[in-house]
Amino acid sequence: MRIVPLLVSALLTWGAVHLFNTQLAVGGSKTPRLGYFLSPQHGFWQNAEATDVNYNDNIQLEGLAGKVDVYIDDRLVPHIYADEDNDAYYVQGYLHAKFRLWQMEFQTHVAAGRLSEIVGKERIGTDKFFRRLGMVYGAERTKAYVEKNNPEMQSAIDAYAKGVNAYIAQLKPEEIPFEYKLLDYKPEAWTSLKTYLFQMFMSYDLTGRGAVTDLQMSNARNYFSYKDFDLLFTDVQDSLDPIIPRGTVYANPAIKPVAPADVQTAYLGDTAGSSTALAPFIPNKSNGSNNWVVGGTKTKSGRPILANDPHLGLNLPSLWYEVQISTPTHRTYGASFPGSPAVIIGFNDSIAWGVTNAGRDVLDYYDMKFKDTTLNEYWFKGQWVKAEKRIETIKVKDSATIQENIAITVFGPTMYDHNYKNSGSGGKNLALRWTAHDGGSGLLAFYKLNHAKNYDDYLEAISHWNSTGQNFAFASKTGDIALKQQANFVARWYRQGDFILPGQDSAYAWQGFIPTEENPMIKNPERGFVSSANQKSTDQTYPYYLGAASNFPVYRGVIINRKLTELTKATPQDIQRLQMDNYNVFAEMARPILLKYIDQSALTADEKKYINILSTWNLISDVNEKGATVFNVIWDSLETTIWSDEFSGATTSLGWPDEITLLESIKRDSLYSFADNIKTPNKKETIADAVMEAVKKATAVLVKAEKEGKLEWSLFKDTRVSHLLKINALSSLHLPIGGGKHIINATTETHGPSWRMIVHMTDEIEAYGVYPGGQNGNPGSKYYDTFMKHWATGKYYPILFMHLKDAPSNKRIKWLMTFTQA
Amino acid sequence: MKFIVSLFLTALLAFVAGLFTQLPWWVFVVTSFVVAALLHQTPGKSFLSGFLGLFLLWVVLAFIKDAANEHILSAKVALILPLGGSYMMLILITGIIGGLISGLAALTGSFVKK
Repeated sequence: MRIVPLLVSALLTWGAVHLFNTQLAVGGSKTPRLGYFLSPQHGFWQNAEATDVNYNDNIQLEGLAGKVDVYIDDRLVPHIYADEDNDAYYVQGYLHAKFRLWQMEFQTHVAAGRLSEIVGKERIGTDKFFRRLGMVYGAERTKAYVEKNNPEMQSAIDAYAKGVNAYIAQLKPEEIPFEYKLLDYKPEAWTSLKTYLFQMFMSYDLTGRGAVTDLQMSNARNYFSYKDFDLLFTDVQDSLDPIIPRGTVYANPAIKPVAPADVQTAYLGDTAGSSTALAPFIPNKSNGSNNWVVGGTKTKSGRPILANDPHLGLNLPSLWYEVQISTPTHRTYGASFPGSPAVIIGFNDSIAWGVTNAGRDVLDYYDMKFKDTTLNEYWFKGQWVKAEKRIETIKVKDSATIQENIAITVFGPTMYDHNYKNSGSGGKNLALRWTAHDGGSGLLAFYKLNHAKNYDDYLEAISHWNSTGQNFAFASKTGDIALKQQANFVARWYRQGDFILPGQDSAYAWQGFIPTEENPMIKNPERGFVSSANQKSTDQTYPYYLGAASNFPVYRGVIINRKLTELTKATPQDIQRLQMDNYNVFAEMARPILLKYIDQSALTADEKKYINILSTWNLISDVNEKGATVFNVIWDSLETTIWSDEFSGATTSLGWPDEITLLESIKRDSLYSFADNIKTPNKKETIADAVMEAVKKATAVLVKAEKEGKLEWSLFKDTRVSHLLKINALSSLHLPIGGGKHIINATTETHGPSWRMIVHMTDEIEAYGVYPGGQNGNPGSKYYDTFMKHWATGKYYPILFMHLKDAPSNKRIKWLMTFTQA
Repeated sequence: MKFIVSLFLTALLAFVAGLFTQLPWWVFVVTSFVVAALLHQTPGKSFLSGFLGLFLLWVVLAFIKDAANEHILSAKVALILPLGGSYMMLILITGIIGGLISGLAALTGSFVKK
């Protein structure tokens, strides 16, 4: 034996194994363990699914009550036929896991503040934020509430969890999804709590903006004084076309919220508080949606057509997963959330429903005084009150575990304190009052909608929705159409909760929730349609304050209602075109104002060219329109010109006023005082000066875009659907799609219609759907992004909604999975 | 002849060991070592047969997966790693990494005798 060479080569072998078995740091991120990742029998090659994959299978599982047949169609949509509801949810859990396991776990890890556990210390900030926001706290409370009050819902969620775990249990090490191998961790068991965490994730996405805007608004009020603030962040929206038509008469309110006596000095006054912290994360302002129902009087068939397109961040794998669930109690089809049982947006044999975000304010901050930094006691109603304590433990990959100590007050968890602050917070203690923490029935409303047969069932079902405000649109085969805004909405006095509220007594506490029968509601209106697009639900005669106007975009609602009013003899194809409509009604109102202030004689040749493109533009933001680019760039420049001088002096983020505020103030009063650049004391700029300045700034941007060949709207906008890990190679980039902000086709750079659905309530339901993604979450599957092109180009898939007897012979059915008891 | 047998045995045993996916991915270090220790060759030949055995095994296995997948995943991974999106490069690198470690294990094995 040659000892020295033996030892040397053994050492080299060990070194090579070690090198390729370690995550190496490269340019700020980490490689996978390359040997493992590239090993054809262990690593990513195992996730390269054959393009002629065969999904036929006979699966035996413990815990099923009977037999379940799953017919899978050519788009990889499963049609589940079970003898018991809970068996159907069991199998839905199994299928979600089979096709979306990594995403399900990742999204709930985000919600639970557990990212650092898998990626390391760079995500501690995100985790702390979500922990302190009470995401886990809220999920636990919802779970406890449902377990106590809704045993049927709980057993569905438990059956679903069993299905997920049944899949995980049979998963071989080499079969774990691609992303686990890339980031080097392993799936853990699913729990029912994760379903509630996912619901918190959606609650945050849809109403969590308040966690930021309430701080921004408080900062802006302090910076500008309330008088100027009220001009900049006005409650007035001249162009508003509310969800409930103007002129509707509202009953006397059951609750008359009364503002505290010191509201002028202690709350609205300039000195009401100092600037405070800003949250590091903010849900997208465009998280909105469209839904509408056209009644039989306006359709060719005489039957209602329902349409819905929820606008959310666009990601791969998609938030949505299509499924048909058929049991003896119901036959339902629609988009489901991987992570939750049942269908969220869809239809059944009798009815269809769709949701949009209500935008109502369900989250407030209270300014608390603690006795000392232990946060054990806080001052409330003239005495020291003991705070409950909650400890959040954050595990960190390759680093020490962190503990967050959160004091729970009478209002809710203390999100900001001396330990958790950022520039400008001054250690302020802010307790969070958020309806998402209240427990409540969770998914029960959707579970019941899945089973609903008629209008009364619909009303009863949605009465259980109490977390975050949604507009539920409804249509039935019998011809009823309706729309109701539903949640536990706070009965607010004017401006209550727009800013941080004083929290040392109950004077500023919520005085009650609006009774559900007083929530805005419309059924079978004379105009023949109902619609919502996140605008204010009512005019000023509704007896409750809806929340700051900046929560409510105006223009999509205007154009949808205009188009629906014009519509006659509509077919599903007309409705498809309407969902993809790219007309910019905001530009229709803003362009004449811009052109009015432009002095043609003072323009350079380049400027003239672009103004010419703008003035001849057809106002349609289609893929190839240059006018859409010019308009957007000029308008952005005008906002910068008008606001940046006034806002640049602030040390904390304020958030600029809305576009509607700028447009309508210019319209109302041409001497809009903010046009003056306060940095040029010797000169008083006018609106015309500001517009000319904006054209000049915009031209520089446009010249550059034109040089790069990106003047066409879709190239300039550059829509993409990113993988949840923001890895470009796993994303769909440069999608050829028009639309944008204020447009019915609300597709911006990273955000837009995440599921488009149209349901025609004929005897055998005729439905269409498409989402930007594919049914299989595996980047190595042919079905990963199958629908992307259809989605971008405005095409729809006819939805297969089958009876069991027709399934085996249907030509679009490609595979059959049968599930039986083990 | 010994060379060919070594190469073939290296690949075969690595493949069989690799079917037990609960074991770590580098389980072939053991089999390549044993093959080289039992079928004695010069260190250079041992390294080469060890290298080629795993190189060919991994290239063939990756190629089979990749062909059935029509390069969908390999093209993406070859952008992440980054190899300019070339699936050929990715398969080659896969083979080289497996081959290198196996070759070193076989080299070690060749020093056991005498």
